[in-house]
Amino acid sequence: MSEELICITCPRGCHLAIERGAKGEFEVSGNRCPRGANYAREELTAPKRTVTATARLAGRERDLSSYKPRRVPVRTVGPIPKEKIGELLAAIYALEVALPVARGDALMKDALGTGVDVIATRSIS
Amino acid sequence: MRELKFDAAVIGGGAAGMAAALELQARGLSCAIIEREDHLGGILTQCIHNGFGLIEFNEELAGPEFAERFEEKVRKTAITPFCGATVIEMEVEGEDKLLSCASPQGVMRIRARAVILAMGCRERNRGNIRIPGSRPSGVYTAGLAQRLVNIEGYIPGKDIVIIGSGDIGLIMARRMSWVGCKVHAVVEIQPYPSGLTRNIVQCLNDFGIPLYLSHLTTSIYGNERVEGVEVTPLENGALALDKSFKIPCDTVLLSVGLVPENELSKKLGVEINPMTNGAWVDSTLMTNIPGVFACGNVLHVHDLVDFVVEEARRAGGFAAEWLSGKRPAKEIRVKSGPNVRYVNPSRLDPSRDNKLYMRTLIVKNDATLEVKLNNKVVRSVKKNHVQPSEMLSFSLGPAELEASVGIPDSVLEISIQ
Repeated sequence: MSEELICITCPRGCHLAIERGAKGEFEVSGNRCPRGANYAREELTAPKRTVTATARLAGRERDLSSYKPRRVPVRTVGPIPKEKIGELLAAIYALEVALPVARGDALMKDALGTGVDVIATRSIS
Repeated sequence: MRELKFDAAVIGGGAAGMAAALELQARGLSCAIIEREDHLGGILTQCIHNGFGLIEFNEELAGPEFAERFEEKVRKTAITPFCGATVIEMEVEGEDKLLSCASPQGVMRIRARAVILAMGCRERNRGNIRIPGSRPSGVYTAGLAQRLVNIEGYIPGKDIVIIGSGDIGLIMARRMSWVGCKVHAVVEIQPYPSGLTRNIVQCLNDFGIPLYLSHLTTSIYGNERVEGVEVTPLENGALALDKSFKIPCDTVLLSVGLVPENELSKKLGVEINPMTNGAWVDSTLMTNIPGVFACGNVLHVHDLVDFVVEEARRAGGFAAEWLSGKRPAKEIRVKSGPNVRYVNPSRLDPSRDNKLYMRTLIVKNDATLEVKLNNKVVRSVKKNHVQPSEMLSFSLGPAELEASVGIPDSVLEISIQ
Protein backbone atom coordinates (compact mmCIF):
# COMPACT_ATOMS: atom_id res chain seq x y z
CA MET A 1 0.00 0.00 0.00
CA SER A 2 1.32 3.43 -0.90
CA GLU A 3 1.10 6.35 1.50
CA GLU A 4 1.27 10.02 0.61
CA LEU A 5 2.81 12.95 2.45
CA ILE A 6 3.70 16.55 1.70
CA CYS A 7 7.22 17.32 2.84
CA ILE A 8 7.44 20.32 5.20
CA THR A 9 11.23 20.57 5.32
CA CYS A 10 11.41 23.41 2.80
CA PRO A 11 8.97 25.60 0.84
CA ARG A 12 8.98 23.39 -2.25
CA GLY A 13 6.48 21.07 -0.56
CA CYS A 14 7.29 17.88 -2.50
CA HIS A 15 4.48 15.34 -2.75
CA LEU A 16 6.00 12.15 -1.41
CA ALA A 17 4.83 8.62 -2.12
CA ILE A 18 6.03 5.99 0.35
CA GLU A 19 5.98 2.23 -0.14
CA ARG A 20 6.50 -0.01 2.86
CA GLY A 21 8.66 -3.04 2.11
CA ALA A 22 8.23 -6.53 3.58
CA LYS A 23 10.74 -5.91 6.39
CA GLY A 24 9.27 -2.55 7.31
CA GLU A 25 11.73 -0.52 5.27
CA PHE A 26 10.51 2.57 3.42
CA GLU A 27 10.89 3.44 -0.21
CA VAL A 28 10.27 7.12 -0.80
CA SER A 29 9.64 8.70 -4.18
CA GLY A 30 8.63 12.18 -5.29
CA ASN A 31 11.28 13.86 -3.13
CA ARG A 32 13.65 16.24 -4.89
CA CYS A 33 16.32 15.95 -2.20
CA PRO A 34 17.43 13.44 0.48
CA ARG A 35 15.76 15.44 3.25
CA GLY A 36 12.37 14.39 1.89
CA ALA A 37 13.17 10.72 2.52
CA ASN A 38 14.28 11.47 6.08
CA TYR A 39 11.16 13.50 6.75
CA ALA A 40 8.91 10.71 5.45
CA ARG A 41 10.68 8.08 7.56
CA GLU A 42 10.37 10.10 10.75
CA GLU A 43 6.83 11.23 10.03
CA LEU A 44 5.69 7.62 9.49
CA THR A 45 7.57 6.02 12.38
CA ALA A 46 7.58 8.62 15.15
CA PRO A 47 5.90 11.90 14.22
CA LYS A 48 6.68 14.74 16.63
CA ARG A 49 5.48 18.31 17.08
CA THR A 50 6.41 21.28 19.23
CA VAL A 51 3.36 22.27 21.29
CA THR A 52 2.49 25.86 22.17
CA ALA A 53 -0.43 26.83 24.43
CA THR A 54 -1.36 29.16 27.27
CA ALA A 55 -1.78 28.48 30.99
CA ARG A 56 -3.96 30.12 33.60
CA LEU A 57 -2.45 32.86 35.75
CA ALA A 58 -3.52 32.58 39.38
CA GLY A 59 -5.74 35.47 40.41
CA ARG A 60 -6.04 37.00 36.95
CA GLU A 61 -9.21 35.26 35.74
CA ARG A 62 -11.56 37.69 37.46
CA ASP A 63 -9.36 40.75 37.12
CA LEU A 64 -11.28 42.95 34.72
CA SER A 65 -10.09 46.21 36.23
CA SER A 66 -7.52 47.04 33.56
CA TYR A 67 -5.79 45.57 30.60
CA LYS A 68 -3.60 42.79 31.92
CA PRO A 69 -2.75 39.46 30.31
CA ARG A 70 -4.86 36.68 31.83
CA ARG A 71 -2.89 33.80 30.32
CA VAL A 72 0.81 33.06 30.14
CA PRO A 73 2.06 31.60 26.84
CA VAL A 74 4.03 28.33 27.11
CA ARG A 75 5.80 25.92 24.78
CA THR A 76 7.56 22.58 24.87
CA VAL A 77 11.33 23.05 24.66
CA GLY A 78 11.49 20.49 21.85
CA PRO A 79 9.08 18.38 19.82
CA ILE A 80 7.10 15.64 21.58
CA PRO A 81 5.41 12.53 20.12
CA LYS A 82 2.20 13.52 18.37
CA GLU A 83 0.04 11.02 20.24
CA LYS A 84 0.90 12.69 23.57
CA ILE A 85 -0.29 16.15 22.52
CA GLY A 86 -3.86 15.79 23.81
CA GLU A 87 -2.73 14.61 27.22
CA LEU A 88 -0.10 17.35 27.42
CA LEU A 89 -2.61 20.08 26.55
CA ALA A 90 -4.95 18.83 29.29
CA ALA A 91 -2.07 19.00 31.78
CA ILE A 92 -1.13 22.52 30.67
CA TYR A 93 -4.75 23.70 30.96
CA ALA A 94 -4.86 22.28 34.51
CA LEU A 95 -1.88 24.39 35.59
CA GLU A 96 -2.33 27.44 37.76
CA VAL A 97 0.78 29.59 37.39
CA ALA A 98 1.71 31.87 40.28
CA LEU A 99 2.85 35.42 39.53
CA PRO A 100 5.42 36.64 38.81
CA VAL A 101 6.53 34.31 36.04
CA ALA A 102 9.71 34.78 34.00
CA ARG A 103 10.41 33.80 30.42
CA GLY A 104 12.10 30.40 30.40
CA ASP A 105 10.69 29.24 33.78
CA ALA A 106 10.01 25.49 33.63
CA LEU A 107 6.31 25.10 34.44
CA MET A 108 6.39 21.32 33.89
CA LYS A 109 9.60 19.32 34.08
CA ASP A 110 9.98 16.19 31.94
CA ALA A 111 6.34 16.56 30.85
CA LEU A 112 4.55 13.17 30.74
CA GLY A 113 7.90 11.42 30.82
CA THR A 114 8.86 12.69 27.36
CA GLY A 115 12.06 14.22 28.69
CA VAL A 116 10.85 17.60 27.41
CA ASP A 117 10.11 20.59 29.68
CA VAL A 118 7.24 23.02 29.25
CA ILE A 119 8.47 26.60 29.68
CA ALA A 120 6.88 30.04 29.94
CA THR A 121 7.54 32.18 26.85
CA ARG A 122 6.69 35.57 28.37
CA SER A 123 7.58 37.32 31.62
CA ILE A 124 4.53 38.60 33.50
CA SER A 125 4.53 40.31 36.89
CA MET B 1 2.55 71.58 25.97
CA ARG B 2 5.54 69.46 26.91
CA GLU B 3 8.07 69.34 24.08
CA LEU B 4 10.91 66.80 23.93
CA LYS B 5 13.77 66.77 21.47
CA PHE B 6 15.50 63.70 20.00
CA ASP B 7 17.72 63.02 16.98
CA ALA B 8 15.19 60.46 15.78
CA ALA B 9 11.68 59.31 16.64
CA VAL B 10 10.47 55.78 15.89
CA ILE B 11 6.71 55.31 15.55
CA GLY B 12 5.77 51.80 16.69
CA GLY B 13 7.43 49.58 19.31
CA GLY B 14 7.12 46.20 17.64
CA ALA B 15 9.98 44.18 16.19
CA ALA B 16 10.70 46.77 13.45
CA GLY B 17 10.58 49.79 15.76
CA MET B 18 12.81 48.22 18.41
CA ALA B 19 15.39 46.99 15.87
CA ALA B 20 15.54 50.41 14.16
CA ALA B 21 15.86 52.24 17.49
CA LEU B 22 18.64 49.91 18.66
CA GLU B 23 20.61 50.64 15.50
CA LEU B 24 20.20 54.42 15.88
CA GLN B 25 21.25 54.16 19.53
CA ALA B 26 24.27 52.02 18.62
CA ARG B 27 25.40 54.81 16.31
CA GLY B 28 25.29 57.32 19.14
CA LEU B 29 22.00 59.05 18.37
CA SER B 30 19.23 59.88 20.82
CA CYS B 31 16.01 58.13 20.04
CA ALA B 32 12.41 57.80 21.25
CA ILE B 33 9.94 54.99 20.54
CA ILE B 34 6.25 55.88 20.55
CA GLU B 35 4.10 52.79 21.13
CA ARG B 36 0.31 52.86 21.47
CA GLU B 37 0.00 49.62 23.47
CA ASP B 38 1.09 49.75 27.09
CA HIS B 39 4.07 47.47 26.39
CA LEU B 40 6.66 46.96 23.66
CA GLY B 41 6.59 43.94 21.36
CA GLY B 42 3.76 44.65 18.94
CA ILE B 43 1.92 41.76 17.37
CA LEU B 44 4.57 39.23 18.49
CA THR B 45 3.07 39.26 21.98
CA GLN B 46 -0.02 37.40 20.76
CA CYS B 47 1.84 35.09 18.33
CA ILE B 48 2.48 32.35 20.89
CA HIS B 49 3.30 29.68 18.29
CA ASN B 50 6.93 28.84 17.58
CA GLY B 51 9.07 29.39 14.51
CA PHE B 52 10.38 32.91 15.18
CA GLY B 53 14.07 33.75 15.26
CA LEU B 54 15.61 31.00 13.11
CA ILE B 55 17.75 33.58 11.31
CA GLU B 56 18.14 36.19 14.06
CA PHE B 57 18.88 33.88 17.02
CA ASN B 58 19.44 30.53 15.27
CA GLU B 59 16.67 29.11 17.47
CA GLU B 60 12.96 28.47 17.12
CA LEU B 61 11.27 30.79 19.59
CA ALA B 62 7.68 31.71 20.35
CA GLY B 63 6.68 35.28 19.42
CA PRO B 64 6.68 36.67 22.98
CA GLU B 65 10.20 35.32 23.58
CA PHE B 66 11.49 37.00 20.44
CA ALA B 67 9.88 40.29 21.47
CA GLU B 68 11.18 40.13 25.02
CA ARG B 69 14.76 39.57 23.89
CA PHE B 70 14.56 42.81 21.92
CA GLU B 71 12.75 44.63 24.71
CA GLU B 72 15.51 43.68 27.16
CA LYS B 73 18.11 45.15 24.79
CA VAL B 74 16.08 48.35 24.47
CA ARG B 75 15.70 48.69 28.26
CA LYS B 76 19.48 48.42 28.70
CA THR B 77 20.06 51.47 26.48
CA ALA B 78 19.19 55.15 26.74
CA ILE B 79 16.35 54.73 24.24
CA THR B 80 13.20 56.39 25.62
CA PRO B 81 10.09 54.24 25.04
CA PHE B 82 6.74 56.02 25.45
CA CYS B 83 4.14 53.28 25.89
CA GLY B 84 0.40 53.92 25.79
CA ALA B 85 1.21 56.89 23.55
CA THR B 86 -0.34 57.53 20.13
CA VAL B 87 0.96 59.90 17.47
CA ILE B 88 -2.09 61.87 16.38
CA GLU B 89 -0.43 64.30 14.04
CA MET B 90 2.87 64.77 12.27
CA GLU B 91 4.12 67.91 10.59
CA VAL B 92 7.34 69.09 8.99
CA GLU B 93 8.92 72.31 10.22
CA GLY B 94 12.06 73.09 8.24
CA GLU B 95 14.31 70.05 8.80
CA ASP B 96 12.44 69.05 11.96
CA LYS B 97 9.46 66.78 12.26
CA LEU B 98 6.93 67.52 14.99
CA LEU B 99 4.92 64.64 16.38
CA SER B 100 1.88 65.43 18.51
CA CYS B 101 1.24 62.51 20.85
CA ALA B 102 -1.60 61.60 23.19
CA SER B 103 0.00 59.82 26.14
CA PRO B 104 -0.88 58.82 29.70
CA GLN B 105 1.09 61.93 30.81
CA GLY B 106 -1.07 64.17 28.66
CA VAL B 107 -0.56 65.62 25.22
CA MET B 108 3.10 66.06 24.32
CA ARG B 109 5.14 67.01 21.34
CA ILE B 110 8.24 65.23 20.09
CA ARG B 111 10.67 67.13 17.88
CA ALA B 112 13.12 65.07 15.82
CA ARG B 113 15.04 65.52 12.58
CA ALA B 114 14.53 61.92 11.49
CA VAL B 115 11.40 59.78 11.82
CA ILE B 116 11.18 56.04 11.27
CA LEU B 117 7.75 54.69 10.39
CA ALA B 118 7.34 51.24 11.98
CA MET B 119 3.59 51.04 12.61
CA GLY B 120 3.11 47.57 11.15
CA CYS B 121 -0.07 46.47 9.45
CA ARG B 122 -3.65 45.59 10.23
CA GLU B 123 -6.04 42.94 9.03
CA ARG B 124 -8.44 43.22 6.15
CA ASN B 125 -11.97 42.61 7.40
CA ARG B 126 -15.39 41.54 6.18
CA GLY B 127 -16.06 44.95 4.62
CA ASN B 128 -12.86 44.74 2.57
CA ILE B 129 -13.89 41.48 0.88
CA ARG B 130 -17.63 42.20 0.76
CA ILE B 131 -19.18 38.96 2.02
CA PRO B 132 -22.97 39.22 1.67
CA GLY B 133 -25.41 38.03 4.31
CA SER B 134 -26.70 39.11 7.68
CA ARG B 135 -24.58 40.76 10.35
CA PRO B 136 -24.69 38.46 13.37
CA SER B 137 -22.12 38.33 16.15
CA GLY B 138 -19.40 35.71 15.78
CA VAL B 139 -17.46 37.17 12.82
CA TYR B 140 -13.87 37.96 13.80
CA THR B 141 -10.62 38.65 12.04
CA ALA B 142 -8.16 35.82 12.79
CA GLY B 143 -5.76 38.17 14.58
CA LEU B 144 -8.50 39.48 16.88
CA ALA B 145 -9.46 35.91 17.77
CA GLN B 146 -5.77 35.20 18.36
CA ARG B 147 -5.57 38.04 20.86
CA LEU B 148 -8.77 36.96 22.64
CA VAL B 149 -7.58 33.36 22.99
CA ASN B 150 -3.87 33.85 23.65
CA ILE B 151 -3.79 36.93 25.87
CA GLU B 152 -7.24 37.54 27.26
CA GLY B 153 -8.22 33.89 27.69
CA TYR B 154 -11.58 33.97 25.89
CA ILE B 155 -12.66 31.40 23.32
CA PRO B 156 -14.75 33.17 20.67
CA GLY B 157 -16.84 30.14 19.62
CA LYS B 158 -17.03 26.36 19.33
CA ASP B 159 -17.70 25.50 15.69
CA ILE B 160 -15.51 27.45 13.37
CA VAL B 161 -15.10 28.18 9.66
CA ILE B 162 -12.04 30.11 8.53
CA ILE B 163 -12.27 32.26 5.42
CA GLY B 164 -8.94 32.79 3.64
CA SER B 165 -5.86 30.62 3.97
CA GLY B 166 -3.40 33.26 5.16
CA ASP B 167 -0.86 32.14 7.74
CA ILE B 168 -2.69 33.71 10.68
CA GLY B 169 -5.84 31.81 9.70
CA LEU B 170 -3.93 28.52 9.45
CA ILE B 171 -2.17 29.11 12.77
CA MET B 172 -5.56 29.88 14.33
CA ALA B 173 -7.03 26.65 12.89
CA ARG B 174 -4.47 24.73 14.97
CA ARG B 175 -4.89 26.97 18.01
CA MET B 176 -8.71 26.63 18.01
CA SER B 177 -8.38 22.85 17.59
CA TRP B 178 -5.95 22.72 20.53
CA VAL B 179 -8.30 24.69 22.79
CA GLY B 180 -11.09 22.21 22.10
CA CYS B 181 -13.02 23.80 19.23
CA LYS B 182 -14.01 22.11 15.99
CA VAL B 183 -12.69 23.79 12.85
CA HIS B 184 -14.96 22.66 10.02
CA ALA B 185 -13.25 24.18 6.98
CA VAL B 186 -10.86 26.70 5.53
CA VAL B 187 -12.28 28.40 2.42
CA GLU B 188 -9.87 30.00 -0.08
CA ILE B 189 -10.88 31.88 -3.22
CA GLN B 190 -7.53 31.30 -4.98
CA PRO B 191 -6.63 27.95 -6.59
CA TYR B 192 -3.58 27.76 -4.25
CA PRO B 193 -3.20 28.42 -0.51
CA SER B 194 -2.02 31.90 0.46
CA GLY B 195 -0.17 30.59 3.52
CA LEU B 196 3.07 28.61 3.76
CA THR B 197 2.89 24.94 2.78
CA ARG B 198 4.31 23.79 6.11
CA ASN B 199 1.40 25.52 7.83
CA ILE B 200 -1.11 23.65 5.65
CA VAL B 201 0.48 20.38 6.79
CA GLN B 202 0.98 21.20 10.47
CA CYS B 203 -2.18 23.22 11.06
CA LEU B 204 -4.78 21.65 8.76
CA ASN B 205 -3.70 18.14 7.73
CA ASP B 206 -2.73 17.20 11.30
CA PHE B 207 -6.30 17.90 12.36
CA GLY B 208 -8.10 16.65 9.26
CA ILE B 209 -9.44 20.14 8.47
CA PRO B 210 -10.65 20.37 4.85
CA LEU B 211 -9.24 23.17 2.67
CA TYR B 212 -11.60 24.31 -0.09
CA LEU B 213 -9.50 25.97 -2.81
CA SER B 214 -11.20 28.01 -5.58
CA HIS B 215 -14.24 28.44 -3.31
CA LEU B 216 -15.99 31.67 -2.41
CA THR B 217 -17.99 32.36 0.74
CA THR B 218 -21.25 33.62 -0.76
CA SER B 219 -23.22 34.23 2.43
CA ILE B 220 -23.06 34.32 6.20
CA TYR B 221 -26.26 33.12 7.88
CA GLY B 222 -27.64 33.89 11.30
CA ASN B 223 -29.61 36.57 13.04
CA GLU B 224 -28.26 37.12 16.56
CA ARG B 225 -25.35 34.73 16.13
CA VAL B 226 -23.62 33.14 13.13
CA GLU B 227 -25.43 29.91 12.17
CA GLY B 228 -23.45 28.94 9.10
CA VAL B 229 -21.82 30.01 5.87
CA GLU B 230 -22.71 29.29 2.26
CA VAL B 231 -19.75 28.27 0.10
CA THR B 232 -19.76 28.19 -3.71
CA PRO B 233 -17.11 26.64 -5.95
CA LEU B 234 -15.53 28.73 -8.69
CA GLU B 235 -15.36 26.97 -12.05
CA ASN B 236 -13.48 28.68 -14.86
CA GLY B 237 -13.69 31.93 -12.93
CA ALA B 238 -17.49 31.82 -12.57
CA LEU B 239 -19.56 30.92 -9.51
CA ALA B 240 -21.14 27.47 -9.87
CA LEU B 241 -24.24 28.44 -7.89
CA ASP B 242 -25.92 25.05 -8.41
CA LYS B 243 -23.05 23.50 -6.44
CA SER B 244 -23.29 25.81 -3.40
CA PHE B 245 -23.33 24.13 0.00
CA LYS B 246 -23.83 25.23 3.56
CA ILE B 247 -21.44 24.63 6.46
CA PRO B 248 -23.06 25.09 9.88
CA CYS B 249 -20.89 26.96 12.40
CA ASP B 250 -21.18 29.55 15.19
CA THR B 251 -18.00 31.49 14.43
CA VAL B 252 -16.29 32.80 11.30
CA LEU B 253 -12.64 33.84 11.32
CA LEU B 254 -11.29 35.97 8.48
CA SER B 255 -7.70 35.61 7.31
CA VAL B 256 -7.88 37.59 4.11
CA GLY B 257 -4.74 39.64 4.02
CA LEU B 258 -2.95 42.47 5.78
CA VAL B 259 -2.68 46.16 4.93
CA PRO B 260 0.16 48.43 6.07
CA GLU B 261 -1.21 50.99 8.51
CA ASN B 262 -0.28 54.19 6.69
CA GLU B 263 -2.99 56.71 7.63
CA LEU B 264 -0.47 58.81 9.54
CA SER B 265 2.08 58.61 6.71
CA LYS B 266 -0.50 59.68 4.10
CA LYS B 267 -1.52 62.68 6.20
CA LEU B 268 2.10 63.77 6.20
CA GLY B 269 2.22 63.49 2.39
CA VAL B 270 4.16 60.23 2.09
CA GLU B 271 3.60 58.71 -1.36
CA ILE B 272 2.24 55.16 -1.30
CA ASN B 273 3.05 52.32 -3.72
CA PRO B 274 -0.31 50.77 -4.69
CA MET B 275 1.29 47.31 -5.07
CA THR B 276 2.49 47.16 -1.46
CA ASN B 277 0.24 49.75 0.22
CA GLY B 278 3.48 50.92 1.80
CA ALA B 279 5.62 53.96 1.05
CA TRP B 280 7.78 54.29 -2.05
CA VAL B 281 11.32 54.25 -0.68
CA ASP B 282 14.72 55.00 -2.16
CA SER B 283 17.94 53.01 -1.72
CA THR B 284 18.12 54.22 1.90
CA LEU B 285 14.53 53.20 2.75
CA MET B 286 13.68 56.92 2.85
CA THR B 287 10.23 58.04 1.69
CA ASN B 288 9.61 61.08 -0.51
CA ILE B 289 9.68 63.24 2.66
CA PRO B 290 13.37 63.90 3.49
CA GLY B 291 14.27 62.37 6.85
CA VAL B 292 11.21 60.09 7.03
CA PHE B 293 12.11 56.40 6.69
CA ALA B 294 9.94 53.25 6.66
CA CYS B 295 10.59 49.61 7.59
CA GLY B 296 8.84 46.41 8.58
CA ASN B 297 5.22 45.64 7.82
CA VAL B 298 4.27 49.29 7.34
CA LEU B 299 6.58 49.30 4.30
CA HIS B 300 5.43 45.94 2.89
CA VAL B 301 3.97 42.87 4.58
CA HIS B 302 6.72 40.37 5.43
CA ASP B 303 6.56 36.59 5.98
CA LEU B 304 9.10 36.40 8.78
CA VAL B 305 9.96 38.69 11.68
CA ASP B 306 13.61 37.85 11.01
CA PHE B 307 13.35 39.73 7.70
CA VAL B 308 11.57 42.60 9.47
CA VAL B 309 14.39 43.18 11.95
CA GLU B 310 17.02 42.90 9.21
CA GLU B 311 15.25 45.61 7.21
CA ALA B 312 14.59 47.77 10.29
CA ARG B 313 18.24 47.69 11.28
CA ARG B 314 19.19 48.98 7.86
CA ALA B 315 16.53 51.72 8.13
CA GLY B 316 18.04 52.78 11.46
CA GLY B 317 21.52 52.82 9.93
CA PHE B 318 20.37 54.82 6.89
CA ALA B 319 18.59 57.33 9.14
CA ALA B 320 21.82 57.74 11.13
CA GLU B 321 23.78 58.34 7.91
CA TRP B 322 21.18 60.84 6.69
CA LEU B 323 21.44 62.70 10.02
CA SER B 324 25.20 62.97 9.52
CA GLY B 325 24.60 64.51 6.10
CA LYS B 326 25.39 61.52 3.92
CA ARG B 327 23.34 61.16 0.71
CA PRO B 328 23.71 58.63 -2.13
CA ALA B 329 25.61 60.19 -5.05
CA LYS B 330 23.55 58.38 -7.65
CA GLU B 331 20.54 56.07 -7.69
CA ILE B 332 19.14 53.64 -10.25
CA ARG B 333 15.41 53.16 -10.71
CA VAL B 334 14.07 49.61 -10.10
CA LYS B 335 11.23 48.30 -12.22
CA SER B 336 9.05 45.23 -11.55
CA GLY B 337 9.21 43.16 -14.74
CA PRO B 338 7.10 40.19 -15.90
CA ASN B 339 5.65 37.99 -13.11
CA VAL B 340 6.93 40.29 -10.35
CA ARG B 341 4.41 41.88 -8.02
CA TYR B 342 6.78 44.35 -6.43
CA VAL B 343 10.40 44.99 -5.50
CA ASN B 344 11.53 46.95 -2.46
CA PRO B 345 13.29 49.39 -2.42
CA SER B 346 12.45 51.11 -5.69
CA ARG B 347 15.88 52.79 -6.04
CA LEU B 348 19.37 51.28 -5.70
CA ASP B 349 22.73 52.85 -4.92
CA PRO B 350 25.29 51.44 -7.41
CA SER B 351 28.25 52.29 -5.15
CA ARG B 352 27.43 49.70 -2.46
CA ASP B 353 25.57 46.45 -1.72
CA ASN B 354 21.77 46.72 -1.79
CA LYS B 355 19.40 44.23 -0.20
CA LEU B 356 16.17 43.66 -2.12
CA TYR B 357 12.91 42.04 -1.07
CA MET B 358 10.37 41.03 -3.68
CA ARG B 359 7.27 38.98 -4.35
CA THR B 360 6.34 37.02 -7.44
CA LEU B 361 2.89 36.79 -9.03
CA ILE B 362 3.19 33.13 -10.01
CA VAL B 363 3.55 29.63 -8.55
CA LYS B 364 6.38 27.81 -10.33
CA ASN B 365 9.04 25.14 -9.84
CA ASP B 366 12.52 25.63 -11.35
CA ALA B 367 12.03 29.33 -12.03
CA THR B 368 14.67 31.86 -13.07
CA LEU B 369 15.02 35.27 -11.47
CA GLU B 370 16.53 37.64 -14.01
CA VAL B 371 18.03 41.07 -13.37
CA LYS B 372 18.49 43.37 -16.36
CA LEU B 373 20.31 46.70 -16.29
CA ASN B 374 19.33 48.88 -19.24
CA ASN B 375 18.04 45.73 -21.01
CA LYS B 376 21.26 43.78 -20.46
CA VAL B 377 21.18 40.72 -18.19
CA VAL B 378 23.51 41.31 -15.23
CA ARG B 379 22.37 38.48 -12.99
CA SER B 380 20.38 35.28 -13.38
CA VAL B 381 19.44 33.13 -10.39
CA LYS B 382 17.80 29.69 -10.42
CA LYS B 383 15.00 29.26 -7.90
CA ASN B 384 13.77 25.77 -6.99
CA HIS B 385 10.31 27.05 -6.24
CA VAL B 386 8.55 30.43 -6.22
CA GLN B 387 5.07 31.31 -5.00
CA PRO B 388 3.40 34.62 -4.06
CA SER B 389 3.26 33.78 -0.35
CA GLU B 390 7.04 33.29 -0.07
CA MET B 391 9.03 36.52 -0.19
CA LEU B 392 12.30 36.40 -2.17
CA SER B 393 15.41 38.29 -1.15
CA PHE B 394 18.80 38.88 -2.70
CA SER B 395 21.56 41.48 -2.91
CA LEU B 396 22.93 43.54 -5.77
CA GLY B 397 26.21 45.41 -5.53
CA PRO B 398 28.71 47.39 -7.58
CA ALA B 399 29.62 44.24 -9.59
CA GLU B 400 26.14 44.19 -11.18
CA LEU B 401 25.39 47.90 -11.07
CA GLU B 402 28.63 49.64 -12.11
CA ALA B 403 27.64 49.50 -15.79
CA SER B 404 25.11 52.22 -14.97
CA VAL B 405 27.90 54.74 -14.30
CA GLY B 406 27.71 57.55 -16.80
CA ILE B 407 24.34 56.46 -18.16
CA PRO B 408 21.59 58.83 -17.05
CA ASP B 409 18.15 57.39 -16.19
CA SER B 410 19.44 53.84 -15.83
CA VAL B 411 16.69 51.28 -15.20
CA LEU B 412 17.04 47.93 -13.48
CA GLU B 413 14.31 45.43 -14.33
CA ILE B 414 13.66 42.29 -12.31
CA SER B 415 11.59 39.45 -13.75
CA ILE B 416 10.71 35.81 -13.02
CA GLN B 417 10.53 33.22 -15.79
